[in-house]
Amino acid sequence: MEPVLKALALRLDAMLGPDRVITDPVRLRTYECDGLTNHRSTPAIVVLPDTAEQVAAIVRACAEAGVPYVARGSGTGLSGGALPRADGVLIVTSRMQRILEIDIPGQRAVVEPGVINLDVTRAVRPYGYYFAPDPSSQQICSVGGNVAENSGGAHCLKYGFTAHHVLGCEVVTPDGELVELAADGPGYDLLGVFVGAEGTLGITTKITVRLTRVPETVQTLLAAFDSIEAGGTAVSAIIGAGVVPAAIEMMDALSIEAAEAAVRCEYPPGAGAVLIVELDGPDSEVAAQFAEVERLCRDAGAFEIRIAADDAERALIWKGRKSAFAAVGRISPAYLVQDGVIPRTALPQVLARIDALSAESGVRVANVFHAGDGNLHPLVLFDDSEPGAAERAEEVSGAILDLCIEHGGSITGEHGVGVDKSRYMPRMFTDTDLDTMQMVRCGFDPAGLCNPGKVFPTPRLCGEVPGVRKGPHPYEGKADIF
Amino acid sequence: MQPLDALAKVCDDVRTGEPEEGVLGVQPALVAAPASVAEAAEVMRVAAEKGLSVIPRGAETRLDWGTPPERCDLLVDTHRLDKLIEHASGDLVAKAEAGLPLETLAERLEEKGQRLSLDVPLPGSTVGGTIAAGAAGPLRTLYGTPRNLVIGLTVVRADGKVARSGGKVVKNVAGYDLGRLFSGSYGTLGLIVDATFRLHPVPTATAWVTCQVDGPQEAHDAVQAVLHSPVAPSALEYIAPGTVAALLEGVPDGVVARAGQLVELLGGKTDITENAPDGCGAYPDGTTLIDVTAPPPSLSDLIGVVNSLGNGVAMTWNGSGHGHIGLPSGLSAEEVAGALSALRDVLGRHKGGAVVRYAPQDVRSEIDLWGPVPALGLMRRVKDQFDPDHRLSPGRFVGGI
Repeated sequence: MEPVLKALALRLDAMLGPDRVITDPVRLRTYECDGLTNHRSTPAIVVLPDTAEQVAAIVRACAEAGVPYVARGSGTGLSGGALPRADGVLIVTSRMQRILEIDIPGQRAVVEPGVINLDVTRAVRPYGYYFAPDPSSQQICSVGGNVAENSGGAHCLKYGFTAHHVLGCEVVTPDGELVELAADGPGYDLLGVFVGAEGTLGITTKITVRLTRVPETVQTLLAAFDSIEAGGTAVSAIIGAGVVPAAIEMMDALSIEAAEAAVRCEYPPGAGAVLIVELDGPDSEVAAQFAEVERLCRDAGAFEIRIAADDAERALIWKGRKSAFAAVGRISPAYLVQDGVIPRTALPQVLARIDALSAESGVRVANVFHAGDGNLHPLVLFDDSEPGAAERAEEVSGAILDLCIEHGGSITGEHGVGVDKSRYMPRMFTDTDLDTMQMVRCGFDPAGLCNPGKVFPTPRLCGEVPGVRKGPHPYEGKADIF
Repeated sequence: MQPLDALAKVCDDVRTGEPEEGVLGVQPALVAAPASVAEAAEVMRVAAEKGLSVIPRGAETRLDWGTPPERCDLLVDTHRLDKLIEHASGDLVAKAEAGLPLETLAERLEEKGQRLSLDVPLPGSTVGGTIAAGAAGPLRTLYGTPRNLVIGLTVVRADGKVARSGGKVVKNVAGYDLGRLFSGSYGTLGLIVDATFRLHPVPTATAWVTCQVDGPQEAHDAVQAVLHSPVAPSALEYIAPGTVAALLEGVPDGVVARAGQLVELLGGKTDITENAPDGCGAYPDGTTLIDVTAPPPSLSDLIGVVNSLGNGVAMTWNGSGHGHIGLPSGLSAEEVAGALSALRDVLGRHKGGAVVRYAPQDVRSEIDLWGPVPALGLMRRVKDQFDPDHRLSPGRFVGGI
């Protein structure tokens, strides 16, 4: 280990006490990647703080030593956003998992960043509330990670993303200061840009989340179609009718096959596509709209419709969809997941192009997607023991992102850019766009030590670094009054 | 070359400013009204070259908010940037230029049965001005403020370069969300030139359920009853002195059933009406407008303070935890400062606060408009990056930004 890191490890150890600093190479390996396992890097030091003050002290120590650091929650991210630095410190927030306050009259809760997403819901469910963001990993992902990634989930079609459900954050800035950012306070909405900045602007140590009233009714149906096109027609018809479902999910034949092999979800045999539509809200609203959704599915050619009679049947309908990612392991030794977004109306064209890409390249692509908001999760299948297969899969994967951009979409709907997609950012944004975003980063982290190398393909030079500023601040004198 | 001539070379509509165009008494030397994003960029580039301070102007509905600018060499008027660039109804998104009035936008969207769920209280407000002020009306209960509805933003930077963030799909986490950063930034970070919004279908049926309450405790109880009920109102408002009103939107049968549920829940003096009750959706009367962050549990305390401030103090409050207080004319600066400090004391206990939007000029210069601003140092550093020479709306915002 380099002397700087060695000295830092000793300092952190003295600061945090026993069992909070890991430098043993074998134990460090546990942290070499997040949910995206094809990027790996063993951190030099792992720290496990218990308090916000400790996180602040760690960040200050790193800043003084000039050592980069990365924050990590549960490590479930799918873009390598929490990929450690071999020359840096990994700050793991998993010990900070207290729910500090539940305020039902105010419809909010205050939690530490290591609290598991679903545990927030479990804690407030008895009062008739829940935490709305529901990424598929919600049983293990942390709220701090949700904040960093602005996580979505199947139900963000109606309820929005993490950014809409976070009212405030206590943040350790890259200066090692503890500050409060609020959605509704005076001054700039720094919270708005902090959420979804993928851990590049600081580390959140306390989060005030909005709690959502559990809907009176949830109704779920599964509709089977001959083809993806027919399913797509149903989606357009539902949205066109002014219905805002809680979720609309679609799977194609290949992903249905995988789910069947893995979890025996028993979706209708012979389906070229299945659509899962969920409505929630007041009884009377859902009843009227659900009948309409059912009719629209039939009109679009659904040959079978199953309606969940209770929560158990609902779980059965969702089982195939929720297991889809893991299930492709049953039909392919390896796969890449994409997270591109397209305008919903472009679904038929884009899916046809993906089919063509797959046929030309001989690379199979299974499609699972949040159809309601045009968020595709193509699973690009390959055999990693076959020479060149991974490269071909990577090529198809990149071509799919190009298709998304070409149709006015995005390279990522919910997984984040991380290290995985930063090279695609210049295809979506101009140099000026990226430079402008990084002005925010320069304001927060001029030294570039906070999760460097993520989101942006090229770091921006920030110019003046705080601490070396000479003379009085230009606002001095006026600042205290107004 | 003189600034006027340099600007005239890049923009068709450039002239000297008039006294009545003053921003809180500061007369602009020049006014430019670019007609395209490219022209706006050129105007900003020339302003940078000549070192001109710049204040963006939409429809002037909120130009009197905040603190007076230190100077105003150039007013950039957005009224010619008034195009609806795209309404992709199948995708429920629309992209509009900054100077487009929200009413005009609403009319165009309505043709396809859609709306931007932002019922801004001041008629005439533009797309850009609304975002810059972070303004929202009663619908914020369900739909939030511009920060929740802007999915893509184009700005011209202080140096004249055009920068975009977000895009035209709702679900998108690529890069930093500058739409949220610019929401409520008072024209101090850049010139907003166009924005893309997520839209919602216009509901087929609506109803207001209005209940009369007597005193802070009854108001609190009525609000809590609605918030924790399953009726999912689009708007929930308290209007002083004693009205609690909820807006229900949906399908006809659904709205009738939900309205019935609410009447039962609230009991007593409750009516179902087609229109919003008086005073709903407007800023309260008065010559001083105070914007308060006041979470639902603080409502009874807030009403208590407002009552203690004496006659003629008006108030509206939204279930999202946000309200407005209107103070009558004729109050001295000390009296306004006293009212502010009483509000901040009480709301501070609920993690809320109070910010003055406008006040008579002699009062405004004597009071602290913003109250405590956490993370001010960080805000200054962000401002320094976007506008290193402090030429954009200088002095209009928190901490002298």
